[in-house]
Amino acid sequence: MTQLALVIDLNVCVGCQACVTSCKEWNTAGSAGPMVDQNPYGADPTGTFFNRVQTFEVGEFPNTETVHFPKSCLHCEDPPCVPVCPTGASYKRKEDGIVLVDYDKCIGCKYCSWACPYGARELDEQQQVMKKCTLCVDRIYDMSMTEDDRKPACVKACPTSARLYGDIHDPESAVSIAIRESGGYPLMPEWGTHPANHYLPRRKTRIKIHEDELERADNPLKVDRQLPKPAMSEPTLDDVTTW
Amino acid sequence: MQDAKATTSPLQEVKTTTCYMCACRCGIRVHLRDGVVRYIDGNPDHPLNKGVICAKGSSGIMKQYSPARLLKPLKRKVGAERGAGDFEEIEWEEAYATLAERLGKIRATDPKKFALFTGRDQMQALTGMFARQFGTPNYAAHGGFCSVNMAAGMIYTIGGSFWEFGGPDLDRAKLFVMIGTAEDHHSNPLKIALSKFKRDGGRFISINPVRTGYSAIADEWVPIRPGTDGALLLAVIHEIIATGLYDRDFLVKYSNAGQLVNVSESNDEFGFFVRTEVPTEEACYEPQDKLWWDRNTNRAVVTHEAGADPYLFGDFTLKDGTRVKPAFQLLQERVKDYTPEWASQITGIAAEVIRQLAHEMGVTARDQKIELPIAWTDSWGNEHDTVTGNPVAFHAMRGLAAHSNGFQTIRALAILMSLLGTIDRPGGFRHKAPFPRPIPPCARTPNDPRGVQPNRPLDGMPLGWPSDPDDLFVNDDGSPVRLDKAFSWEYPLSVHGLMHNAITNAWRGDPYRIDTLLIFMANMSWNSTMNTAEVRQMLNDKDENGEFKIPFLVVCDAFHSEMTAYADLILPDTTYLERHDVMSMLDRPISEFDGPVDSVRIPVVPVSGDCKPFQEVLIELGTRLKLPAFVTKEGERKFRDYPDFIVNYETEPGSGIGFLAGWRGKGGEKSLRGEPNPNQWEMYQKNNCVFHYELPKSYQYMRNWNKGYLEWSQRNRITRYGEPILIHLYSEVLQRFRTAAQGKGLTRKPPEHLRKRIETYFDPLPFYYDSLEAQVTDKHKYPLAAVTQRPMAMYHSWDSQNAWLRQIHTHNYLYVNTLTARQQGIADGDWIWVESQWGKVRCMARHSEAVEPGTVWTWNAIGKAAGAWNLTPDANESQKGFLLNHLISEELPSVGSTRISNSDPITGQAAWYDVRVKISKAEAGEPEQTSPQFAVMKPYPGMKTRSSILAFLGAKPK
Repeated sequence: MTQLALVIDLNVCVGCQACVTSCKEWNTAGSAGPMVDQNPYGADPTGTFFNRVQTFEVGEFPNTETVHFPKSCLHCEDPPCVPVCPTGASYKRKEDGIVLVDYDKCIGCKYCSWACPYGARELDEQQQVMKKCTLCVDRIYDMSMTEDDRKPACVKACPTSARLYGDIHDPESAVSIAIRESGGYPLMPEWGTHPANHYLPRRKTRIKIHEDELERADNPLKVDRQLPKPAMSEPTLDDVTTW
Repeated sequence: MQDAKATTSPLQEVKTTTCYMCACRCGIRVHLRDGVVRYIDGNPDHPLNKGVICAKGSSGIMKQYSPARLLKPLKRKVGAERGAGDFEEIEWEEAYATLAERLGKIRATDPKKFALFTGRDQMQALTGMFARQFGTPNYAAHGGFCSVNMAAGMIYTIGGSFWEFGGPDLDRAKLFVMIGTAEDHHSNPLKIALSKFKRDGGRFISINPVRTGYSAIADEWVPIRPGTDGALLLAVIHEIIATGLYDRDFLVKYSNAGQLVNVSESNDEFGFFVRTEVPTEEACYEPQDKLWWDRNTNRAVVTHEAGADPYLFGDFTLKDGTRVKPAFQLLQERVKDYTPEWASQITGIAAEVIRQLAHEMGVTARDQKIELPIAWTDSWGNEHDTVTGNPVAFHAMRGLAAHSNGFQTIRALAILMSLLGTIDRPGGFRHKAPFPRPIPPCARTPNDPRGVQPNRPLDGMPLGWPSDPDDLFVNDDGSPVRLDKAFSWEYPLSVHGLMHNAITNAWRGDPYRIDTLLIFMANMSWNSTMNTAEVRQMLNDKDENGEFKIPFLVVCDAFHSEMTAYADLILPDTTYLERHDVMSMLDRPISEFDGPVDSVRIPVVPVSGDCKPFQEVLIELGTRLKLPAFVTKEGERKFRDYPDFIVNYETEPGSGIGFLAGWRGKGGEKSLRGEPNPNQWEMYQKNNCVFHYELPKSYQYMRNWNKGYLEWSQRNRITRYGEPILIHLYSEVLQRFRTAAQGKGLTRKPPEHLRKRIETYFDPLPFYYDSLEAQVTDKHKYPLAAVTQRPMAMYHSWDSQNAWLRQIHTHNYLYVNTLTARQQGIADGDWIWVESQWGKVRCMARHSEAVEPGTVWTWNAIGKAAGAWNLTPDANESQKGFLLNHLISEELPSVGSTRISNSDPITGQAAWYDVRVKISKAEAGEPEQTSPQFAVMKPYPGMKTRSSILAFLGAKPK
């Protein structure tokens, strides 16, 4: 059975926020929209986003890591937001594992957002319905688009290609390989939600320089430190003594 | 949402154009529904961004439909103060007539009384041409306060530079070192490359006082004190030379390392290369008339003589008794005392880390050589079977540049890159057309005040590349001809001008008063100026007769920026989605490493309100003023409009060189050169708005000395000369200025009060000095360095009005190292005062472990004036957001009572990042509000009202 998901590579994410606004611009005018903004030009503007990047520091100076951490609905395999929904608005699709909200059924009671341990759901304050990432369900099956375009907007936009997208139940998919080979991990597994989305950790590349690598037969100093020989005509001891 | 499969509306259409949410200029697809922009994504068929798009590009819709748009030409109401924002709507005809009459009179009397400064430097082929045609020397774009040290420092050393004209080849690099803040140049291409580089196993080192942006994913972060990069780089050079990790073969053949410098102090030619003969003509290339001391024959020979191999070290005497040393020997002597231990004290980086950096660079360059099976021929006719690469790449921009010691620091960087043998080679630095160019490039300003004459075009370029004191643009007494004092003895190599001093100088009347100042797309009363509060007063200041000291101020902008409030006349510009535009080879195109690329914008939506693109305004004004380029001999209009101008303009009749390089020739069959093609715009439109000329592989590397490339470049008139461009480890250009300051030689001499300054800073070899501001600052009183960086969602500071982006950065904090903050009793989130010797600002502090303890920093240009950009007066940007600019002076005290720009003494680069500050907790009971505050800006007539709720549907409202 298919489980579509995002795998987010923290090793290359630079926190540029492309996923945040590309998501917003596609979805506000798409079938999951609008994504309403309150006080868009005033104090404390606040709007609906399906995807946000949180930046935080780990460690103490100078051993500090700055982590850019994109967060959106993780499309859990066992989503706690679904059973708590009193109207059945929150549901998980059998065919691809995407978790969606049916706005027509949602009464804005917020049970789902309380149940979600990841804070992935946002109530649309104008429409009073719960909104969240749909994995761009209105793009990924749209056969009028080219195959390259049939991806979530955030995946297409991401300049560092930090967002991989595919079926994590297919062991040969790029996302499954990435999880397997690059240390992919789910968030807060202790909650038993089995998030479909995974994260790839930071990896360090180091260069080891051995001391003897600085000693080389072809060191140019061996050429350059040789100074010219004195001319034959220049004075020597031969000219001044007989021993 | 419903379980929808797809919602593609049949009304949708897709048009391609070029993004301009930042200066990166990616290819975009604009999806329209019923004429409304529904979605903007990256164009997968565009060579620059290959389908990706950034946060800004994805928010273009909110720029297009922003209520901060200016939609009508406006004039200041009679009697209203500048800055008060009291305007009345006028029609374009009145705006044009006013300008044509005023500018016509100026041009007929004293053209330099008209000054044109633009925030945008990727349109200067047109704006510079307009200024030149008008005849005013007073023109520049924003480079002087952006990163001119980077352009000048590298171009005067290797004939090319980072950003539009070259960059790190991360496809092939194994080690990438990024120094200082550089994220916004380039944006998406660098992100694409960096990610690929890391996944391919490359090692990324970031040297930066702050760990944010790209530094976050660095394998190693090396915190450094701001402005001390030069010390670090010189110590790395010291270590590279001391351990023999330089690429000797590369230096011998491709740089002036082996060339003999006259070191006989009493000789008039002291400090210059010894030449075999006196050059007969003054041409813009370097004749190959220098000497090596040949190791094989132990005598002086002409460089590159077959079979010769020069000494790089030593001290020799020519037959005529002249003592000479190879340039490399002088470099080694220069860096002898710049040990890692010495640099450690200055930079705060441990000596062993500096050694490790040098060893990683040197060993990687030496032992991980790349060999590409590409045959090529060098300038001396030697055929090579392969192209070699030493895979160590660097990138730097404003972090190094925006210091008053930036030029020499960047010279040191370019020299380090050269020692490692990485110039225009795989895995190192690679050029982008139209670079490399001769050192220095050939463009010159007039060198005489008589180059400015009524009713005549300027007798030279408005900006240029001086090669000696006689190229300076000064009066007979040595005083500046230009308003900003560029190309004068104060800042001789100010190749991008000094826009940051234009207002202060015009206000003071030093060097003279002007009449009309036209500012395009630059927020010179806010985030683009230093000393913001006083500059705002200058803009509104009047003389004893009650006349404005800057009599007429015209601002062209698309948005309700702080600067527009000071205008007498506002010209409403279009957005990038509403205009034709070119990214031209005559300017700063979007070329790739593999060859020239230029591109265009084609309108995808109709012009809003009564806006006009600035390009159209210039063409119309040029025509009304009868500037020669825009009218026929009979004085009739030559070009219908901007698109017509772009297609039909040739640099001279029949030259075949125009703004666009693609699809030239009558039927579009020619590239680079060819007759105008009436269907050129359509051909760009059919081809994703981009033209990409891929060079043969053998022309893609080693271009400074690649015979094939240089001949190709000559044939296509990209350059006049095909001579090799040797790297200047030792800079004779700088020595010429120093010699003049010492009173020697036949060139012009600096005025007495600047002699010492020129002699000190125009050192032909890089050296480290404390910044000019630090030299006049009590560092005990102001112990911290304060700098800014750009958040990726706000690159180039153009989008405070953007409803989506402002939710990401609504206000800024001052980031302070946690320990530093605690020492001052400052808790996370406290209101604090930041004070320099020039001013003070109240703002909020944020503790950070990602900043070195001697530095505080903030995001640039998030803070706004209350009411500006049609945000509500209580918006966070003005109440909690702040500008560091209030702490930075545009001038420093100089000798006696004179003032001098707070800039690099060589290039005039604005020294934003030199400022020193102290911080203290705000008193209890102080308002929790940013200080200083200014009078609230009001919306102008013709602007849309802002909504309090936004539900964007990407469709026409029903």
